[in-house]
Amino acid sequence: MEQTLDLEHSAPQGFLTFIKRWLFTTNHKEIGTLYLLFSLLMFFIGGIFALLIRAELFQPGARLLNPEFFNQMTTLHGLVMLFLAIMPAFSGFANWMIPLMIGTPDMAMPRMNNWAFWILPVAAILLFSTLFMDGSAPNFGWTMYAPLSTTYGPASTDYLILAIHLMGLSSLMGAINIIVTLLNLRTPGMTMMKMPIFCWSWLVTAFLLIGVMPVLAAAVTMMLMDRHFATSFFSAAGGGDPLLYQHLFWFFGHPEVYIIILPAFGIISQIIPTFSRKKLFGYRFMVYALLAIAFLSFIVWVHHMFVTGVPLAAELFFMYTTMLIAVPTGVKVFNWVTTMYRGAISFETPMLFALAFVILFTIGGFSGVMLSMVPADFQYQDTYFVVAHFHYVLVPGALFGAIAGAYYWLPKMTGVMYSERLGQWHFWLSVIGVNLTFFPMHFLGLAGMPRRVADYSLQFANFNAIASLGAFLFGFAQLFFLYIIIQAIRGKGKKASAKVWDGAEGLEWTLSSPPPLHSFTTPPKFE
Amino acid sequence: MDHVKRFFLVFFILLNLLVTPRLAFAAWQTNMPIGVTPISHAIYHLHMLVFWICVGIAIVVFSIMIYSLIRHRKSRGVNAAEFHEHFFLEIAWAIVPFIILIVIATPATKTLIQMNDNSDPALTIKVTGYQWRWRYTYLDQGIDFFSNLSTPTQELQNQAKKNPWYLLEVDHPLIVPIHKKIRFLFTSNDVIHSWWVPTLGIKRDTIPGFINEAWAKIESEGVYRGQCAELCGTNHAFMPIVVKAVTEKDFNLWVKQQSGELLNGTNT
Repeated sequence: MEQTLDLEHSAPQGFLTFIKRWLFTTNHKEIGTLYLLFSLLMFFIGGIFALLIRAELFQPGARLLNPEFFNQMTTLHGLVMLFLAIMPAFSGFANWMIPLMIGTPDMAMPRMNNWAFWILPVAAILLFSTLFMDGSAPNFGWTMYAPLSTTYGPASTDYLILAIHLMGLSSLMGAINIIVTLLNLRTPGMTMMKMPIFCWSWLVTAFLLIGVMPVLAAAVTMMLMDRHFATSFFSAAGGGDPLLYQHLFWFFGHPEVYIIILPAFGIISQIIPTFSRKKLFGYRFMVYALLAIAFLSFIVWVHHMFVTGVPLAAELFFMYTTMLIAVPTGVKVFNWVTTMYRGAISFETPMLFALAFVILFTIGGFSGVMLSMVPADFQYQDTYFVVAHFHYVLVPGALFGAIAGAYYWLPKMTGVMYSERLGQWHFWLSVIGVNLTFFPMHFLGLAGMPRRVADYSLQFANFNAIASLGAFLFGFAQLFFLYIIIQAIRGKGKKASAKVWDGAEGLEWTLSSPPPLHSFTTPPKFE
Repeated sequence: MDHVKRFFLVFFILLNLLVTPRLAFAAWQTNMPIGVTPISHAIYHLHMLVFWICVGIAIVVFSIMIYSLIRHRKSRGVNAAEFHEHFFLEIAWAIVPFIILIVIATPATKTLIQMNDNSDPALTIKVTGYQWRWRYTYLDQGIDFFSNLSTPTQELQNQAKKNPWYLLEVDHPLIVPIHKKIRFLFTSNDVIHSWWVPTLGIKRDTIPGFINEAWAKIESEGVYRGQCAELCGTNHAFMPIVVKAVTEKDFNLWVKQQSGELLNGTNT
């Protein structure tokens, strides 16, 4: 059935050959691996930044970091986690799995694929180099609001701007590649509405990327112009408007949150049917919901700006559109639950992370509905309530989605089963750590603690201490993950079968584990 | 799984030991204050309404999910059902949330319109954000002063015991009368700040070159505290807001006193 060309590398030894192989590879599996390993490294670096923040906030008073460095940490933590950890993780899964799922030998544009990845480490180096510069690293939050980032920004801001351009380029090339692959290279018989839901989620995500990355590029370019070329896009003194920056940024920024969560939706929609041993409920509506979310994500951006004094009519419009997003998101959650209903469920590590995803992401969704109400948002905005909200959708949301995907496909990628016992440890420690960290933040925000503060008054001390302990527990739990992945890469563990999970369905499970370097060189039969 | 249980037992005991001693002096406030203005009351009730609706939905959805997780386990030897589509069910659970949204959007819209009614103020105060302090200008009374953090450096550096209002105290609080409609105008001298007093139900960004508005009608005398809510640079955490609401009589007295000091040139 499966013809393997004799193209396997005959593995010539030597350091230079090793470097060359990974630097010049155009193979989707190798590029996927590069993305995933890079994202893992960035996840730990961004995590260290987060733990420094939590260490400082463990108790009131100046402790570890001065406020200046604290601000650099909040900025870099956000940028690294979003652009260098979460987004590349999903790009990695896309590269690995999309060709296997649709039965094609590789991505449509393998050379561009290579370039899209190798730009990222360069962007990361530019970003981290700002920490070692005279003055300060970017210290104005990942949102980079003008004029704090323009007139008042440190010299290193220019490096950040260039890094963002590079990350944007990388995402755009990745997105174009995925769209072309999905639209043209599906195996005969696989119509659009028979495509695995993970592919659908990435198709929609890729269009979002193409829609908004250029807007971010424009916004940061205008920042650069304001900083060095005497323009006044964002400076009121020169006839510009600081709010213009926020409009541009959030026009990018809101679709961006769906860019981050939609691939996780896709992964969860693959995992829940597998471990419920039942087809995904309402596939058609799941696709429609993805499209509806993508459409709505373009017309809600002002909900990040309710306290900036936008006119009443705009506040009403954006309140209603924001509330509407709850409808397609609700459809997804209901469909996941109904998929489980009357299934035959088992609880392997990927399923555990997927279940935690459904519950905790939904909690993040609830606080999202609360935030959409403008009057209440006047109290929530820029507080720890918002921090709690977006961490609930990003950590037990997007990140758990990525971790679930890692456990789900790790045996397929490496050919060995991970240790289920360690996986369970990782899960339970993570889920307890995540809730200890982020749940008390709801209370802090409601009680009046603003976000991005380096110190706080005594009334907030208890919940901050709990959050910090939870954060360190969560950080510790990730060492299990690291160990499990290293063991799998070293080939330690039980040999995985081709199908790996008895309930799994799809073309990727017809290949051996690990699949040959070049797979599906003839289109496989579909259904 | 015994060692797992033991681990968590030890973990929670440790957590408890670390947290319990703090109980004595610090609050465990978990919810939004109801506040002292009509707007803050409206916001509070809106917040609680949506909160309980969310709790209700969560109970329904998670109960069904947990029921499935318990009843439909593979280890119980069940066989998975075949169904995977139901058109009317899908339509229904798109429409029901939509109706719930209308239920919460209605009071939200009403409150929002009320909040935007800045007409007929008895008093107008301009709030200007600076890195890192506030400036208050009483437009009708000609009073104008800065308000700085007054927490001593020793407390910030942990060399002295922190007082109960650590980081929430200023040298010159904003003095306002109760039962009067106060209109606030917000702007900034440098970067974007945000003036937030939870008990007044007001949060507005102060933006250089632009003026925002909000209003408050305070119901009772007291000291109401808040903080800058928008990251504004190094000392973002160190520019608190203290509003002292007094009776009209006391307010007029204070105004007279301030004007007197102005004439004598002693107000710095």
